[in-house]
Amino acid sequence: MNQPSNQIANTERRDFLKISLGLALSSSGGISMMSLASAEASGTLNAYVNINADGSVTIYGPNPEVGQGVNTSLPMIVAEELDATWEDVICEAAPVQQQYGMQFAGGSLSIPMRWDEMRKMGATAREMLCRAAASQWNVPRDELTTANSRVLHGPSGKSAHYKDLVAAASLMAVPDEADVRLKAPADYRLLGKRISNASAEGIATGKPIFGIDAKVDGMVYASFVKCPSIGGVAKSANLKAVRALPGIIDAFILDGTPGPYNFDIRESHAIQSGIAIVGKDTWSTFKARETLKVDWDLSAASQDDSDVIEAEALAALAAGRVEAEIERAGDVEAVFANAAMTADSTYSTDFVSHAQLEPQGVLVSAATSAVEVWTSSQTPVFITSNLAKLLDVTPGNITVHQLRGGGGFGRRLSNEYIFEAALISRRVGAPVKLQWKREDDMAFDYFRAPTYYRLQGAVAADGQLVGWKNLLAAASADGENANYGASYRPYDFPGKVIPNVAVEQSFVKSQTPTGAWRAPISNVYAFAEQSFIAELAHKAGQDHRDFLLNAIGDKGWIKEGDMASLNTARARATIEAVTKAAGWGRKLPEGHGLGLAFFLSHSGHIAEVAEVSVDGKNITVHDVWVAADVGQVVNLSGLENQLQGSVVDGLSTMAAQSISIKNGAVVQSNYDSYPLLRMPQSPRVHVGVLNSGYRPTGAGEPALPPLAPAVCNAVFNACGERIRALPISKAGFTIV
Amino acid sequence: MTTITINGKDHSFNGIDPAMPLLWALRDHAGIQGVKYGCGVGQCGACTVWLDGFAVRSCQLTVGALEGRAVTTVEGLATATLHPVQQAWIDHDVAQCGYCQAGQIMSAAALLERNPSPTDDEIDAAMAGNLCRCGTYVRIKSAIKAASGAMTASAPFYNAMEAAEVSA
Repeated sequence: MNQPSNQIANTERRDFLKISLGLALSSSGGISMMSLASAEASGTLNAYVNINADGSVTIYGPNPEVGQGVNTSLPMIVAEELDATWEDVICEAAPVQQQYGMQFAGGSLSIPMRWDEMRKMGATAREMLCRAAASQWNVPRDELTTANSRVLHGPSGKSAHYKDLVAAASLMAVPDEADVRLKAPADYRLLGKRISNASAEGIATGKPIFGIDAKVDGMVYASFVKCPSIGGVAKSANLKAVRALPGIIDAFILDGTPGPYNFDIRESHAIQSGIAIVGKDTWSTFKARETLKVDWDLSAASQDDSDVIEAEALAALAAGRVEAEIERAGDVEAVFANAAMTADSTYSTDFVSHAQLEPQGVLVSAATSAVEVWTSSQTPVFITSNLAKLLDVTPGNITVHQLRGGGGFGRRLSNEYIFEAALISRRVGAPVKLQWKREDDMAFDYFRAPTYYRLQGAVAADGQLVGWKNLLAAASADGENANYGASYRPYDFPGKVIPNVAVEQSFVKSQTPTGAWRAPISNVYAFAEQSFIAELAHKAGQDHRDFLLNAIGDKGWIKEGDMASLNTARARATIEAVTKAAGWGRKLPEGHGLGLAFFLSHSGHIAEVAEVSVDGKNITVHDVWVAADVGQVVNLSGLENQLQGSVVDGLSTMAAQSISIKNGAVVQSNYDSYPLLRMPQSPRVHVGVLNSGYRPTGAGEPALPPLAPAVCNAVFNACGERIRALPISKAGFTIV
Repeated sequence: MTTITINGKDHSFNGIDPAMPLLWALRDHAGIQGVKYGCGVGQCGACTVWLDGFAVRSCQLTVGALEGRAVTTVEGLATATLHPVQQAWIDHDVAQCGYCQAGQIMSAAALLERNPSPTDDEIDAAMAGNLCRCGTYVRIKSAIKAASGAMTASAPFYNAMEAAEVSA
């Protein structure tokens, strides 16, 4: 996705008696202002920290929790600098307010964009508590230390719990940022440890903490039926018959907004046309859909056929049709003409759906001008402005509550289901709980775009990879601009590493909406690139690991200090660690193969090795090793969980997930036709985390891209068949 | 009217469609929300509950057919303390998004009630009906093994074999 800036306009400055410390940190997005009275009453030291009378410490996580663990890891950062006793910390979702800055979950950005802010919030609160103690005890500040939610004075042996200091601390002037010392990593007591998810008990005991669990007095239930061919418009329907059904309150047409439905998560409040069915419970609205008959106007509907898109794309690549240049370095033509060896292979991937377990749904109360939303959106920060436009209400009258999301993966970046619910609520004059069926979720996704790459490589006489060509065919609604996720972003490797590089593209028409899917572009491009590197190594008669290391080289940091940039030392370290752990080069049982891949995305340098065995067309993935460098570890358990899960999710997706489109409509409808990996197919996963000491970066996405090429490279080494299309079921393979 | 014992208490469903899946009856009419909607077609297991001690997909059972039956949901699994499977889920930090986990826990707990020391293959077979898009299978398996150890050291919390056989 486009990475939203973490700078937002300051909230208006109001003339309160006391401005809490957050204001000093406004450049990092956190601003808190409150009256002296309210600070004293609540024990609030800033917008993120509240020290409660019972000694517990409430820490607010600003960003949405969709399974990436930020409602644990962000409070951990605050707690570390605050020296709060973790067992006494209560992690709460922050309200959606401008003072919390960019409240969204995407791009694996929550940790890196909040790192400085969270540390300063904790450290400043700690400093205020220390100053309060220094004043009370009449001792020098420098003689005070903190541990376990207490301020300690070594010389006198005095100590006090934070709860007994917070009232005085909240009266202290907010310290200058320069006077607040952050800990050195060597002094961390909490960061880097394995900490269970703050919601683990709530999840294990079935607490109603998810978006789907939201309830409010007087709410009614709704289902929204859209045209299977995307963009079709409801002309008429047997609404009278539907309204007469038991449990049904109302049924009506929502006109919708003309397509195409671009993935514009900041500005768009478009919805597709459809029929709203409102009832007294979810089931009544689902059942009424069986009676509903709609006459759709298909004149503006998509006519996509995924087989046609694929055929046109592959034809464009075979013909070498170039319509735009993305990247060029060196003299590609000369180096290919003079190469000792060249190779030329075409890779492709299908449309895929997000298929997160919690289908889209939301509770919206928009009956009056005071609008309230309970949602597990990944972009709560963009809800208010768009709802204000859609409903013609002032943003200040809109309240958005963050609830836990049953999986995100990019699906909850777009908020169209919220806009649907808001319009339905406004029409019926009651709070509306809208629930998409699984079939709706699969039919009306912003899919991962299909991709098509023709890769060519040139290897010099000394065995070094010296030339790289990538011609891609990008799905495009207008024939001139690639749809979201269908193109390529210039990566440091190969662009800044291999001396002669050309990346070019052509376009194929597609109206099917596409959007961000876990590690956008990287998750498909890595498959092509890292499989092709293995092809080149094999053709050159070199060990894949050695060839890859030589290709990456030792330039060091491509862009000094930029965590998103390739650092060849970090890359080499992960490759060396993972191949060592997996026993690269060891003698394998008959029919087994090891496969390696490395990829840098979302600032994470990740290398993976898979061990597979192949029996006919049945592939067993026995083990996967992951070596990850995402900088300073925040929550080791959360990080390891993301790495393990990315492997399983990557395998799940490459196995047999494919969305096909006919007449502009999605063919698959549920998990029976769109399978997720099940436990018996799941490999053992061994994870290793490299402690590089760099700033922490996100872990939700970067471990997924290397998985597919690692497995496909292993399959080649096991049986000699090179897989160049995902899912692998297209070539008849099954993960067993 | 249909009366079902839910987590040990009788609950009467009045005036609702008897064809309503147990899943939606629990969620919308009994205030039981640990049970989750994922697919509605018995493919994902997020709605797994126990019916007379057996793990079933609540989206595939109609409420009208369950007169007098006993349903246990994740909310009813703990007694004075958490069920060993719940405790293991917390200790092993299994969940990512957590949406499927109530269903996973109900399947795992049902497995251990009948087979306190399952092999890897038996765990795979018992858990194959529960999907997790976050990919937490690695930890689910570890947690089941840990719970197995805890449970074999104490009496089963629910003696499923004394409950009526069901075909669901």
